[in-house]
Amino acid sequence: MTFLDQANRGIPSGFAKILHMNWALTLLLCTIASVGFLMLYSVAGGSFSPWAEPQIVRFAMGLAAMFAVGMIHIRFWRGMAPIAYVGGLVLLLVVEFFGSVGMGAQRWIDLGFIMLQPSELMKVALVMMLALYYDWLPREKVSRPFWVAIPLVLTLIPMGLVLQQPDLGTSILLAAGSGVVMFLAGVSIWYFIAAISGGVGLVTVVLESRGTSWQILKDYQYRRIETFLDPSLDPLGSGYHITQSKIALGSGGLSGRGFMEGTQTRLNFLPEKHTDFIFTTLAEEFGFVGSVSLLTLYLLVIVFCLVSAMRNRDRFGALLTGGIAATFFFFFAVNMAMVMGLIPVVGVPLPLVSYGGSAMLVLMAAFGLIQSAHIHRPR
Amino acid sequence: MRRPNPASAANITRRGLMLLGIQGLAVGGLGYRMRQLQVEQADKFLLLAEENRINIRLLPPARGLIFDRNGKPIAVNQQNYRVTIVREQAGDLEETLYNLARLIPLPPDRQEKILKELRQRSAFVPVTVTEHLTWEEIARIAANAPALPGVTTEVGLTRYYPELKDFAHIVGYVGPVSDRDLNNVEDADPLLQIPDFQIGKTGIEQRMERDLRGGAGNSRIEVNAAGRVMRELQRTEGTAGQDLHLTLDKDLQRYALERMAGQSSAAVVLDVNTGDILVSASSPSFDPNSFVFGISSGDWNQLLNDPYRPLSNKAVSGAYPPGSTFKMVVALAALDAGVIGPEETVYCPGFYQLGKRRFHCWRRGGHGHTNLNESLQFSCDVYYYDVARRVGIERISAMANRLGIGIRHDLPLPAITEGLTPTKDWKQRVHDKAWLVGDTLNSGIGQGFTLASPLQLALMTARIASGRSIVPRIIRAVEGKPEPAPEAPDLGLSDVHLNYVRRGMYDVVNAQRGTARRSRITDPENRMAGKTGTSQVRIITAEERARGVFKNEDLPWERRDHALFVSFAPYTNPRYASAVIVEHGGGGSTAAAPIARDIMMRCLYGPAPPLEAYPAEERDKIRTLRESTPPEASDSPAPGSDRA
Repeated sequence: MTFLDQANRGIPSGFAKILHMNWALTLLLCTIASVGFLMLYSVAGGSFSPWAEPQIVRFAMGLAAMFAVGMIHIRFWRGMAPIAYVGGLVLLLVVEFFGSVGMGAQRWIDLGFIMLQPSELMKVALVMMLALYYDWLPREKVSRPFWVAIPLVLTLIPMGLVLQQPDLGTSILLAAGSGVVMFLAGVSIWYFIAAISGGVGLVTVVLESRGTSWQILKDYQYRRIETFLDPSLDPLGSGYHITQSKIALGSGGLSGRGFMEGTQTRLNFLPEKHTDFIFTTLAEEFGFVGSVSLLTLYLLVIVFCLVSAMRNRDRFGALLTGGIAATFFFFFAVNMAMVMGLIPVVGVPLPLVSYGGSAMLVLMAAFGLIQSAHIHRPR
Repeated sequence: MRRPNPASAANITRRGLMLLGIQGLAVGGLGYRMRQLQVEQADKFLLLAEENRINIRLLPPARGLIFDRNGKPIAVNQQNYRVTIVREQAGDLEETLYNLARLIPLPPDRQEKILKELRQRSAFVPVTVTEHLTWEEIARIAANAPALPGVTTEVGLTRYYPELKDFAHIVGYVGPVSDRDLNNVEDADPLLQIPDFQIGKTGIEQRMERDLRGGAGNSRIEVNAAGRVMRELQRTEGTAGQDLHLTLDKDLQRYALERMAGQSSAAVVLDVNTGDILVSASSPSFDPNSFVFGISSGDWNQLLNDPYRPLSNKAVSGAYPPGSTFKMVVALAALDAGVIGPEETVYCPGFYQLGKRRFHCWRRGGHGHTNLNESLQFSCDVYYYDVARRVGIERISAMANRLGIGIRHDLPLPAITEGLTPTKDWKQRVHDKAWLVGDTLNSGIGQGFTLASPLQLALMTARIASGRSIVPRIIRAVEGKPEPAPEAPDLGLSDVHLNYVRRGMYDVVNAQRGTARRSRITDPENRMAGKTGTSQVRIITAEERARGVFKNEDLPWERRDHALFVSFAPYTNPRYASAVIVEHGGGGSTAAAPIARDIMMRCLYGPAPPLEAYPAEERDKIRTLRESTPPEASDSPAPGSDRA
C-alpha cells in the first residue's frame, strides 16, 4: 500500500486518475513498442522510413488513446459493450460487401486516413460483450447448458463473418478470447475438455475419411490442409517462409549477429520481414538472449494484467482485463509459434512490434480498457 | 447505472492462476523451442544462412606465358576490353545503345540482339555488348560516360601470339572450352565452367595445359534473395599459371621459316650436346591468333584444303622415307656387325641384280669400286643394296632405333610420329606377307617401308655427331626452374666406325665431287658435314620410263621426290645438327642442302654470316641478295654464342 493509495481511498478523480494507472504495464508496453521501433529501423537498413517513423507516430497516438480510454469510467465502457458488439458486427458486414480487397482477403474499410480492420475491433468488442454477459449472469447459472450456449452463439456469429473474409488467424483469436473469458467466469472445465476433444475428434474424422467411400472433403481441399499443416510440401510457397524464418532464427545463435547485421533479413530472404515475420529479425540480430528477453516482456504483460484482474472485485473489469490479456497472449504466442515453425502460417502479427496501423491503435485502446478497469476498480 | 454486486463481484483468483499457469507453460514451450533453434541447432542454421547469402565466384587465373630460350615472348596475355550494360542503370536503353553505336562499331542487328537480351535478363545483370575493343574505343567510351548511363567497360585477359605464324605448330593455340574438352580432361577443374574460359587446344598449349592454367581464385560475394550482388566479402586471387621457357630460338625459328617460305617443307635444328630443339619449323604455317576467338569456316576450309597442309606440323608429325640420309644407319649397322670393313669396296655397275630384278643406282653409269667413304660421298645405291643384304633388316632396324628413328620421343607436342623401322615380324603382322630380300634392299637406301620425321633425322645426325644417345627436349624451364637435361649415355658405337661415317658426311659437303659441295661452309672453323637424300614418293613406272619421263621436274608437283638434307657443324666440334625436308622439292642437294646450309650459317654466325664463309662461287649471289634486302635489325646476341 503506497502513500497514494491511502491518501485516495475510493475511486480517484480528475488528474489523480493518471497516478493510479497501471504504470508497470504502461512501461512494459512502451518497452515492447520500442523494441519494435528498433527492429523496423533495422529492417529498413538503418532508416526511420518507411516503417519506424510512422510506427512511432502511431504508437504515440495509441498511447494517447490508451490514456483517454483509461480516464473514462469503466461503467461507461460496460454500457458501451453491446453497442461495440453490434457495431462491430455491422462493420464486418460492411467489409463483407464494400471492403477493400488486399492480400487475397477482404478485410479493410478505407476510412481515408486509415485502413480500418473491423475484425480487430471485434476482438475487443466480443471480450467486452462476454464480460458484460458474465457480470450480469448469476454465478449459479454459469455452467448450465443454456447459459453456456448464449456466449457460444455470440462468439460464432463474428467468427463466421471473419472466416468469410477469409481470416482464419483472427477467427481463432476471437474463439480463444471468448474462451478465456468463459474460463475465467467459471464455466465448468468439462465443457472445455469436451470442446477440445470434440474438435480434435472432428478433425480426425474428417482427415481419416480421406480415400474412403464416405470421404467428407474434396481431394483438393485435403491437399490444401496438407500444405497448411506441413509447409515443407510447398517449398516455394508458405514452406519458403517457414524455412527462411527458421534459418534466420537459428542463425542468430546465442547472442545474435548484432544490431543491423542480420543477413537473412537485410538480404530479403524473408518475406514480410516488417510485419508478421519481424520476430525473426530480432532473433537473428539479438540471438537467443534477445528473443527470450522479448518473450519475458510479453509474459510480464500477461502477469501484470492477470494480477490486476485477480485483484479487481468488479467482475466486468476483471473479466475484461483477463480476456484482453488473453487475446494479447494468443497474438504473440501464435505469431512466435508460427515463425518458429511450430504451427502453420496464419497471418497474425507480433503485437506492438509488427508494423501495422489499425492493429496497434485498437490494441492500445484495449489496454486503455484494462487501465480503466484498473483505475476504477472498487477499493 | 448499477452498484457493484458483491454477489457477482467475482473471485476469479483460482481461474486466473490456472490461466496464468497454462499461459506460463505455453511461454515456456516457446522458450524451449527458441533454445532448440538458436542454441542447439544454431550451427546448422548459421550454415544454411551463409549458403543462402554467399555465392562463390571463380576468378580465372592468368595463363602462364611462353618464352623462347632467350626469354622472348611467344605466347602472352593481352588485355581484352569489353563493354557491358546494366539495364537498371541505363535509363533509356535504346538511346544509350544509340549513343554507344556512335562511338564503337555496333551494327543494328547486333543492337537488336542486345536489347532483347537486356530485356530478358534480370535488371541488375550486366549484358556484354561487345568485346575486343581497342584502347582508343575504350577511351572514347570513358570520355562520353555521362551520356552512357549503365555502360561499364571491363577488362579480361586473352591469349595473344606475338610471333604470329612462327610457332603455331609447336605452341598451338587456346580456344573456348568445348563439350569434348570437358569429356576429355580427367580433372574436374571448376575453372572450365567459367564462361569465356580458354584452354589449350593443340601443341604445347594443350600438352602443358596443367602447368599453364594455374589455379582459380575466388571471390565470395554476398547476394540477396533475388540474386543481386550486394558486396564482395572476400577475394582470393588465383595462382597464375607457370611460365614456360622453350628450347626454341625465336630468331632462328623465324629465319628458318622465312628461308623455307613458299615451299611445303620442314626444318629441325638440335643442339648436339643437350638435345635442345632450337628450331622446329614447318612451312607453310598459320596464324594461331585467328583461332583464339574462333576461326571463320571460310578460313578454316582454306587451311584444310591447302595442298601444302599448313595445319600439319611436318617437323615432328611428318613421316617420310628418309632416302639416302638413311645410309649412315646402314653403314653403322654393317660396321658394327662387322660384315664390312671401312675400306672394303663394292663394285657398282649402275645396278644390283637380285634374281630377275634389277635395282638401279641413281647414277646410271655406276660408281665402280666403291668403299664406305665414297659410298656416302657419292651416295652410291648399289653399295647399300649389297651391304644391307649382308647385314639384314633386323640389324638395320635395330641401329635405326638406336639412332632415334622408329621410336617414340616423349615431347609435349601432339601427333609426334614414331616413324617406322620395319622388321620381318612387323611385315608379317601388319601386311600378312613374308619379308623379301628386295624389301631389305629398298630399306638399305631409305626407301620402302622405312619412315622418319625430320626431328628423328636431326636426332640421328646429332647422335652420329656426338656419339651419345642424346634425347630431344623442348621445355627448358618451368616457372624459372630449369628442367634437368635428359641423360645422354654413350651410344656404345666404336669411335673408329663413327669417324668413318662422319668423314664420309664431311666429304659429301666438302670433297671435290661430294653431292652437296655447293652448299659447303668454307670457314675452316665451322665446316659442315651432311648427307643429301631424295626420297621417291612413287616409283617411276616402266611405262613412264618408256615414254621418256625420267626427270622429276617432268612430273606433277605432288608426285615429285622429297628433297632431304641432314647435317651437323662444326665438323671438328659439333654443336648443331639439322634436318631439312622440302616436300616434292626434287633432289636433296639442290632443294634441301642450301636451305640447311643457310640455317646452319645463321646458327653459327648469327644474323650476318661473313661472306668469306660461303663458297667463292656463291659469294656474288649472296652479296647482291644482301644489298637488295637491308639487314634486319636484331638485338639478339649472336645465336652462335653461348646462351645458357
